[in-house]
Amino acid sequence: MIVGGGGHGLGTAYYLAAEHGLTNVAVVEKGWIGGGNTGRNTTIIRSNYLFDESIALYDHALKLWRDLSQVLDYNVMYSPRGVMMLAHSVHDVQVLKRHVHANRANGVDNEWLTPEEAKAYCPPLEIGGHVRYPVVGASLQRRGGTARHDAVAWGYARAADALGVDILENCEVTGIRRDAQGAVEALETSRGILRARRVGVVAAGNSSVVLGLAGVRLPLESYPLQALVSEPVKPVFPCVVMSNAIHAYVSQSDKGELVIGAGTDAYTSYTQRGALHVNMHTLEAICELFPQFRRLRMLRNWGGIVDVTPDRSPIIGRTPVPGLYVNCGWGTGGFKATPGSAQVFAHTIAHDEPHPIAAPFSLSRFRDGHLIHEAAAAAVAH
Amino acid sequence: MLLIACPYCGERPEVEFAYGGEAHLVRPADPAALSDEDWAAYLYFRRNPRGLHAERWRHVRGCGRFFNAIRDTTNDRFGATYAVGEDPP
Repeated sequence: MIVGGGGHGLGTAYYLAAEHGLTNVAVVEKGWIGGGNTGRNTTIIRSNYLFDESIALYDHALKLWRDLSQVLDYNVMYSPRGVMMLAHSVHDVQVLKRHVHANRANGVDNEWLTPEEAKAYCPPLEIGGHVRYPVVGASLQRRGGTARHDAVAWGYARAADALGVDILENCEVTGIRRDAQGAVEALETSRGILRARRVGVVAAGNSSVVLGLAGVRLPLESYPLQALVSEPVKPVFPCVVMSNAIHAYVSQSDKGELVIGAGTDAYTSYTQRGALHVNMHTLEAICELFPQFRRLRMLRNWGGIVDVTPDRSPIIGRTPVPGLYVNCGWGTGGFKATPGSAQVFAHTIAHDEPHPIAAPFSLSRFRDGHLIHEAAAAAVAH
Repeated sequence: MLLIACPYCGERPEVEFAYGGEAHLVRPADPAALSDEDWAAYLYFRRNPRGLHAERWRHVRGCGRFFNAIRDTTNDRFGATYAVGEDPP
């Protein structure tokens, strides 16, 4: 039984069926599939993380993205248009170059660009002149890019369904029943009791709530993360650009909208909405870096609830409750990892043992002090 | 944007404040005596409730003082704000 019908949960069900021969699998989703963070993110894909463990995990996902449309026979519109991260200071240069070297040492593409090369790759970018924080360099991961987020949920759902997986929407988990030994034996849901000896929870912002039903506490805090899109325009923006320092985060969808990621709100919340000043902060940075966008109007904005860990790395693996597994803590950046996350989590559930790539991301790393501190690595709030 | 009632200054907009996370976490008196589980629980594990949450705020662009608040995380409404050291209402 998989709790959570987003990309990670549906993908987990698909890989359980496709790679481990387990077809007596059901996905329960309290709303509709892909209606949570899968449908609310900014669709960016990249694997340019700092630590070996993270690079292995995210690049595993990136390799799966390449063939995902063929594997699922469903066009997820993976577009490796390049993810460029801007440096505005000596500190930024050092941080990004460290990432470039760490990636290349792990066999992952990432390269350093001069400001002029960055401008050539992304012509709308203003690198100097009146810019408050001129661009002094950039890193570029060419395999990075975007995919169609809804299609990922639908593609995995259709492929899993074809293999015999049941997908139950409008089915909220209200309790987790355990036997005398403490192991999971059934889920209580808004649509009745569902018996299962193995349950994988992939509930993103609601992970603390769902795991709390089994008495499991997690090192998570749930924050609103906002995104917004502009009115649609003709193709003007060829890649993905991110600036951690001044918090700009933008790409253009195939519909023509600029897709803009804002920051998290300051406080924990489950409301799926945030404050306007958070959006304004990122829009000011985008208007500064891309003056031609100053007259664009914004079409709509929304929020999702992201579950953030202390080290900004996910938690994938077993819990103290036998038969109960968790895949959570993807925080502000889970979409990019969807196929890799789902595949290693399916392996973890099927074998009752962590997939080698998932092993470092266990819940016990907080007890053992083996944090994978990507937040410190980025040296910014993100 | 939230309106937050600083116990010392009254209602002010959210941008004057810094969020300080879950309130009433007490640092163990003798950390060396704790098990690794208990130390990790203190450092990293949080209630993260869907519902009423006791949390710290600091009026960083005002009086500069820390205080505590009760807020409902399902609608972001504040139930109360109160001084550090006081029990939650």
